[in-house]
Amino acid sequence: MSALRSRRHREWGLAYLLLAPALLVFAVFTFYPFLRNFKLALYQNPPYPGLPAHYVGLHQVGSVLASTSFHQSLVSTLLYVVMVVPVGLIGGLLLAVAAHKAIRGMAWFRLIFSSTVVTSVAVAAVVFGTLMDPVVGLLPWLGINPHPAILENPTWALPAVSLIAVWQFLGLSFVIMTAGLQSLPDEVLEAARLDGAGGWTMFWRVTVPLLSPTLFFGLVVGTIYAFQSFGQIDILIGPQNSQFTHTDVLLYSVYQALSIQDNPGVAAVLSIVLFTILLVFTLVQLRFLERRVTYAGN
Amino acid sequence: MARVNFEGVSKAFDGALAVDDLHLDVHDGELLVLLGPSGCGKTTVLRMVAGLEDPTAGTVSIGDVIVNDVEPKDRDVAMVFQSYALYPHMTLRRNIEFPLRQQKVPAAERARRVDEAAGTLGLGDLLDRKPGQLSGGQRQRVALARAIVRDPQVFLMDEPLSNLDATLRIQTRADIVSLQRRLGTTTIYVTHDQVEAMTMGHRIAVMRDGRLQQVAAPQDLYERPANTFVASFLGSPGMNLVPASVDGAVVTVDGTRVELPAGPAVAAGPVTVGVRPEAASLAPEGIAATVVLVEQLGAEAHVICALVDGTRVVVRQENRAARPDLGDAVAIRVDPAQLLLFDADTGARLELGR
Ligand SMILES: Nc1ncnc2c1ncn2[C@@H]1O[C@H](COP(=O)(O)OP(=O)(O)OP(=O)(O)O)[C@@H](O)[C@H]1O
Ligand SMILES: [Mg+2]
Repeated sequence: MSALRSRRHREWGLAYLLLAPALLVFAVFTFYPFLRNFKLALYQNPPYPGLPAHYVGLHQVGSVLASTSFHQSLVSTLLYVVMVVPVGLIGGLLLAVAAHKAIRGMAWFRLIFSSTVVTSVAVAAVVFGTLMDPVVGLLPWLGINPHPAILENPTWALPAVSLIAVWQFLGLSFVIMTAGLQSLPDEVLEAARLDGAGGWTMFWRVTVPLLSPTLFFGLVVGTIYAFQSFGQIDILIGPQNSQFTHTDVLLYSVYQALSIQDNPGVAAVLSIVLFTILLVFTLVQLRFLERRVTYAGN
Repeated sequence: MARVNFEGVSKAFDGALAVDDLHLDVHDGELLVLLGPSGCGKTTVLRMVAGLEDPTAGTVSIGDVIVNDVEPKDRDVAMVFQSYALYPHMTLRRNIEFPLRQQKVPAAERARRVDEAAGTLGLGDLLDRKPGQLSGGQRQRVALARAIVRDPQVFLMDEPLSNLDATLRIQTRADIVSLQRRLGTTTIYVTHDQVEAMTMGHRIAVMRDGRLQQVAAPQDLYERPANTFVASFLGSPGMNLVPASVDGAVVTVDGTRVELPAGPAVAAGPVTVGVRPEAASLAPEGIAATVVLVEQLGAEAHVICALVDGTRVVVRQENRAARPDLGDAVAIRVDPAQLLLFDADTGARLELGR
């Protein structure tokens, strides 16, 4: 008995020892900043940088949550997510279905479709920025000259920026959907073919339901991806214009509060809000996922 | 209803022949069992009838129509897959009526036909469940229900009983046979279980390495196998095959002479002798052997003996016979009337003159 127990102790000791480096990195770069952030949110920074911050409790949280810029930012974020995720998911699914055929050379299409995953945000933003340029871009070339230019336009700037995110998410979405399609049971699809299902029925009544776990996974990943968009906005719009063009999504307002306005307290409050939204969203999706898309015993 | 005909059908995967020049005619209303060891091409044959695989050569026809270029959904065949291939997200009712919905059958008739099929297979109470909530045997029956509800020209069944336990397997076997006899639908049934083949088929087609070996009624196949492969594949245990020599009507096995009622039309020389376990018995005199193993099966026993040259011979004993012990020296007597002779090189059976 005691020999067994001491062996178990030794095993635990070894486990912690092996985990220690990873835990240390997490502690220093994730856990500590995470906790420290909550403290920051309780301190208000004076209008002049350099003076010490003072404790205000939840007062600052309340005033940030009540501010119009926060509301605007929330609306922009939701619009942005709604524009990016469904289009990216459906586009990825359609590409994956199109490329899910045993045709010679299909590997090249797969490579091309999935390539947007590995393109850096900065490169994508610069390329799209050129395409959207009011002088040398695609629209002037087509003879269309919107005023103000797309990226300075309160109506079109957010959709334009989301287009880049869609384009980038498409690659990831394609990879996820392709993996999902390849894991579908061939014989079920063949049974449906023999039962007389045409392409449309096949897709809607068989493929999509069988793929629903993958679709939900894509939804979670895509949503988190969209919430984290930053580079596109910073490169194409920049902090000066973002308030005006309504492209200050939550993550970008955190950056603005911290780096432009030099106000760590407000940035902390905003980042806690962002964290909470993502947490709740993920939990809800996972609950939904568990309930709706598992087939016991299959 | 329809016959299914294979005319010189071959299928190659990456240059390797899975099915080699198959000529086979499945009669209208017949249950034909496709029997053979794993990897011999049985599933490939079924899939070519279903249209899930294109033949490399030859023609497949269903009811006198060549279907090589007909889409699977237009062939009017129903397949029961080895993995059942049910739609996991649909209730049983939805599963079974899926083919009817594709045919735009009106709702009332759909419900009637689903209830009928489900009733036939004892699934009536389960129609609101999903496949995940069923046992293997129940899923199996759902797959059958989904096939019969369509009333197709041909049933294709790919080892549908292989995932069931022994009791359920025997019961479902009987269910399928009575269903097939009642509906009279042409059926191709794939299995590698020779008991299933013997008990279910009007005829059995034995395959090996993509080649058809013999097509015959079960009893003919058992009594007059075309070659040593068929002889040893059928029966449990299979036919004993012993090297011997023949001269006219006299066969010599291990120095023991056996006189046949009639000899084969071949010159004197080596042959392979085939003896069913039930055609051999332990006797005071006969071919000398040593007992290697005794398998008790309740009603009978298999005594496995080794001849002097090491060849194994299985003897089937009735219950009342005295059991020998391991290592006993025994003599095996064979019934000359039940002996078969095979060519020593090709394995083909030699006709014995009457
Ligand atoms: N899609 C495929 N690609 C390549 N080879 C294949 C394919 N399908 C079957 N084969 C090969 O063809 C041969 C026959 O396969 P098949 O599935 O018809 O055998 P089977 O008789 O059904 O065997 P089992 O009893 O194990 O199911 C095998 O050697 C197999 O490896
Ligand atoms: Mg098979």
